[in-house]
Amino acid sequence: MELPALIETNLPVLVVIVPLFGGLLSLFTRRTGSWAWAALVAMATFALAVLLLDRVRASEHGVIEYFLGGWPAEYGIGYRVDILNAYIILVVALIGAIVTFYARHSVNDEIPDDRHHFFYSVWLLAIAGLLGIPATGDTFNIYVLLEISSLTVYTLVAMGHHRNRRALTASLKYLILGSIGATFILLGIGYLLMLTGTLNMADMHDQLMKMKELGTLDENRTLLVAFALLMVGLSLKMALFPLHTWLPNAYTYAPSAVTAFIAATATKVGVYMAFRFIFTIFGGVYETSATGLNMLVLTICACIGIIVSSIAAIRQDNVKRILAYSSVGQLAYIVLGFSLVNQTGITASVIHIFNHAIIKGGMFMAMGCVALRMGGVTLDHVAGLGRKMPVTMAAFTIGGLGLIGVPMTSGFISKWYLVNAAIQEGLWWVAGVVLLGGMLALIYVWRVVEIIYFRAPTSDAPAREAPLGMLIPTWLLIGASIYFGINADFTASIAATAAELLMQGMN
Amino acid sequence: MDSLGYYNYWLTIAIIMIGFYGVIAKRNLVKQIIALGLFQTGVFLFYVSMGVFRKDGEDGQPPIWSPLTDENGRTVIDQAGYAVKELGVHDNPLPHVLMLTAIVVSVSTLAVAAAIVVNIKRRYQTIEEDEILAIEHSEAAGVTDPAGADPKGQIEGQTEGQTKSRIHIEDATEPEAED
Repeated sequence: MELPALIETNLPVLVVIVPLFGGLLSLFTRRTGSWAWAALVAMATFALAVLLLDRVRASEHGVIEYFLGGWPAEYGIGYRVDILNAYIILVVALIGAIVTFYARHSVNDEIPDDRHHFFYSVWLLAIAGLLGIPATGDTFNIYVLLEISSLTVYTLVAMGHHRNRRALTASLKYLILGSIGATFILLGIGYLLMLTGTLNMADMHDQLMKMKELGTLDENRTLLVAFALLMVGLSLKMALFPLHTWLPNAYTYAPSAVTAFIAATATKVGVYMAFRFIFTIFGGVYETSATGLNMLVLTICACIGIIVSSIAAIRQDNVKRILAYSSVGQLAYIVLGFSLVNQTGITASVIHIFNHAIIKGGMFMAMGCVALRMGGVTLDHVAGLGRKMPVTMAAFTIGGLGLIGVPMTSGFISKWYLVNAAIQEGLWWVAGVVLLGGMLALIYVWRVVEIIYFRAPTSDAPAREAPLGMLIPTWLLIGASIYFGINADFTASIAATAAELLMQGMN
Repeated sequence: MDSLGYYNYWLTIAIIMIGFYGVIAKRNLVKQIIALGLFQTGVFLFYVSMGVFRKDGEDGQPPIWSPLTDENGRTVIDQAGYAVKELGVHDNPLPHVLMLTAIVVSVSTLAVAAAIVVNIKRRYQTIEEDEILAIEHSEAAGVTDPAGADPKGQIEGQTEGQTKSRIHIEDATEPEAED
């Protein structure tokens, strides 16, 4: 379709600029106008993301390059969008738009009216930061956008203090740990700048390959330190065991809409950054294979993370906390996928990014409905809700089935690819850990489902079903998880193409 | 003894490690935030040290254009009437520019952290990490969400305006008489 030239030529950067300025302008809105403006901007951003994916698929090499200010690659900041980037941008923009529509009732309830314009302003800035990270092709720009998204998310999490003051300490802990992680990433980028003299990711890769041919990379300690620092920083952002400790508190005490949004997007974008650094920049430089030391550390940390987080989830009494520990485990699946360094593994990672985003987003939104009607989300609050809020609880249960990996849900597709990838590498114990994680997920999901449906309610207070404005977004995501569980063509084909592109850098 | 000439990098390591130690070991939240800023400052020094140019006794000058002068000391003018500029052996300005951005990021982080700590002081009446943890553990004995069990009631404990710097943990969970 024909677009105005302004939009067509600037598409990669528009997905960042529209929510950025939308967030700034949101400061001038008041009360219900704040939500309406945020919803409008989020819809516009989603439309731009869809257009971007369409343009990328239609372009000749499957890549759109855009240079800010017209400055060419060596001097300027380049935005480079290929199929993987466009896919992640689509996921983030989709979740952003859906949760913004969901946020109306939830935010009205949990945050004072005079704070709404601030809240939605920071909300849109978070969307802008999280969309910029997949769009950019410049390492320092990725650091800046990472900090934009992180700072806004710290603020959003701290907004939960109107309900529970622990949101403040949770946010501060997240801030300190997150800043340390981002500073490690900055140090790693500094070492890479020292080695290659450039900040553009594609250019960095070329320089490193040239140096490798010249032999200057053998036993090069600068490169090793760069890789180590980057991996530590990224592991913290991806919430990989043992650097995941900020996640449970931050997810539990944040406002419901915020949790639904960041659970689905913030850590996934961290995984995307890991893809870029490991496969695009370092790809082919180190002899990385699944049993090489670099990746084996990731594999082991991911496996331990799956088991430890699932066991921790079983013991919790707050349903949001259960879902938070479950998120740590699911993220460990994603990391496990790409640490196997074969095409099926990376496909599994990319598919699970999408699947987990929609499942967890849907489940946290269901819990937000419960918080709205019941005032809390502990097991006492959800007891017996299967009868009073059947639609919401059905969404939660189906999402739970997706976490376990029951066939016909999207979680099954991801686990299928993951186990295949593990068997391809000959690492049978990894496949065993994946299945064990599924069984542990069964325990903690079914514990909650049993209490929802088969236990008497703790209070006789009547509970109505959640408002339609919250139910529709929840069911949109859960319905998507069922649809993409039955018909995974779209997600699987894009993931396979993305995996192929990433593996190309390895050779 | 070449490594002695790299004193910039030794200083970087020292600053980063001192900052990191402060974040981990200090109990006061404000000290942790200051240490976090120190941690990031070490990285600035690292980048700026990276940009310095040294070659065979020629030291890099600040990267500033200066007018080209001929033998008589007059400025050389080109055909369009502009002075011709030259740039001698100079340091790389790119790391400096990157660190300007990183300093802004660091200050923004400090601002958000300070806002959160101000609110923590208002709600917990303390900014010592061990006291805050003690408060949270003692009220978690019932493991119920305070907002659900008694919204803004007993668990919040102290009324606004009380500014005790040390709290007796037993008092923190007692309901206020006036609530």
